[in-house]
Amino acid sequence: MAIKGRMSGNEAVSYAIRQVNPDVMPAFPITPSTEIPQMVSNYIANGEMDTEFIPVESEHSSMSAAIGAEAAGARSLTATSSAGLALMWEELLLAASNRLPLVMTLVNRTLSGPININCDHSDGMGARDTGWIQIYAENNQEAYDNFIQAYPIAEHAKVHLPVMICQDGFITSHAVENITLMEDELVKDFVGEYQPEEFLLNPGKPIAVGPYSVSNYAMEAKKNQEDAMVQAKEVILQVAEAFEKISGRKYGFFEEYRLEDAEYIMLIMGSAAGTAKEAVDELREKGKKVGILKLRVFRPFPAEEIAKALSKAKAVAILDRCESYHGTGGPLGEEVMAALFRSKVSIEAVNYIYGLAGRDFTVDHAKEVFGELESMITKGIRPEQFQYIGLRK
Amino acid sequence: MRTEIEKIKETTPHQDLTEGLMVFAGGTSKVVQTGEWRTNTPVFYAEKCKQCLLCAPVCPDSSIPIKEGKRGEFDYEHCKGCGICEKACPFGAIEMKGGVD
Repeated sequence: MAIKGRMSGNEAVSYAIRQVNPDVMPAFPITPSTEIPQMVSNYIANGEMDTEFIPVESEHSSMSAAIGAEAAGARSLTATSSAGLALMWEELLLAASNRLPLVMTLVNRTLSGPININCDHSDGMGARDTGWIQIYAENNQEAYDNFIQAYPIAEHAKVHLPVMICQDGFITSHAVENITLMEDELVKDFVGEYQPEEFLLNPGKPIAVGPYSVSNYAMEAKKNQEDAMVQAKEVILQVAEAFEKISGRKYGFFEEYRLEDAEYIMLIMGSAAGTAKEAVDELREKGKKVGILKLRVFRPFPAEEIAKALSKAKAVAILDRCESYHGTGGPLGEEVMAALFRSKVSIEAVNYIYGLAGRDFTVDHAKEVFGELESMITKGIRPEQFQYIGLRK
Repeated sequence: MRTEIEKIKETTPHQDLTEGLMVFAGGTSKVVQTGEWRTNTPVFYAEKCKQCLLCAPVCPDSSIPIKEGKRGEFDYEHCKGCGICEKACPFGAIEMKGGVD
């Protein structure tokens, strides 16, 4: 039977890590993810799990050690945030190109500068082209559930790619909310034992991982890596379906919140989706046809599925918790608009930037955005593209 | 997934390459001549050598071949010229000289 609890996002993910009990966890502390290796260390010290914890000297080392352990044949894990993820940059690409199914719990925090420890998605978005699968959570429950699904996705024979399980720094990672947990045995059975086909510490079956590749091979290897990312879409849905059977909680590439007849849609990712849902509920009571598309799986990017879900709307607001500094908005804005164009879905689309470095995003902000979408369609007043929500002017 | 690497050629389609270009074989570095990276070269004086074999295990590139309990001439196709063997030899039977040859 499900266990009712109250936990922060970091507690929830640490609880899931204890249940999965991976073989090796190298980690280096960085706010706001520090609690995760700290709590895991406590579990290990208390004899509740037997993961080999490696206290390393930097995130460059934690990712390198996770890669080494995974290549050796161990189920590996690390946790980080912000500048820690940035320091892993080179190794992130190696983990993916060497096709190592390790998992990282990312607690999203802004990147400097100005130096700041609060939430936005600039760390995860900065790693968007490193070849990692990226799954984002709205709350502690989703962070817990997503972590339990991470290894079955990563280790699937059609995938063999690393997975990043993302939650919003402080807002999700440190806020205590109700949660429904699963029994240890149920989680262990779902995730299973890691049985790699090929690994370094395999006597009599020598291999070389990550060899130098001349130009005649490297491009083919990259194509195979891309194919695996595309195949991951099917696997992510299969794992979600299997997870629903044991948990009763349904997951897909995104959540469609009151979208059935929605004319105005907000596309948003992470904890702010909860705030936006409240705005939708209030506006729906006033008869406004509004809804939320909450993106969960950012990599692989479900372009066609998003375009289809938006196709019947009059206008969409795409909310980025990240600035790309190229004059045309944020990463979600770019990719969603490209998806709409390729699928020939001609609706109005406005890209907003919100919540940078922990700036509040309120129910009133979300209502204003819906108001702007409506004015654009009914009164022809075009809102400013790429505007900052809540900016002092 | 295990593939005979001899079957992989520069004309092999991408679907038939190994995952992550993993190589399913051991000792594959032997076929690649890496000795040319060297800037210093060890010289072996056989007449001073007592065959104590202290040099062979410290060589990071396994470039001191041992046959029937005795070391022979350096494997210059793989020796990087690090000079560890010279330091390990108690009898002055190895001397580092500048250059590749």
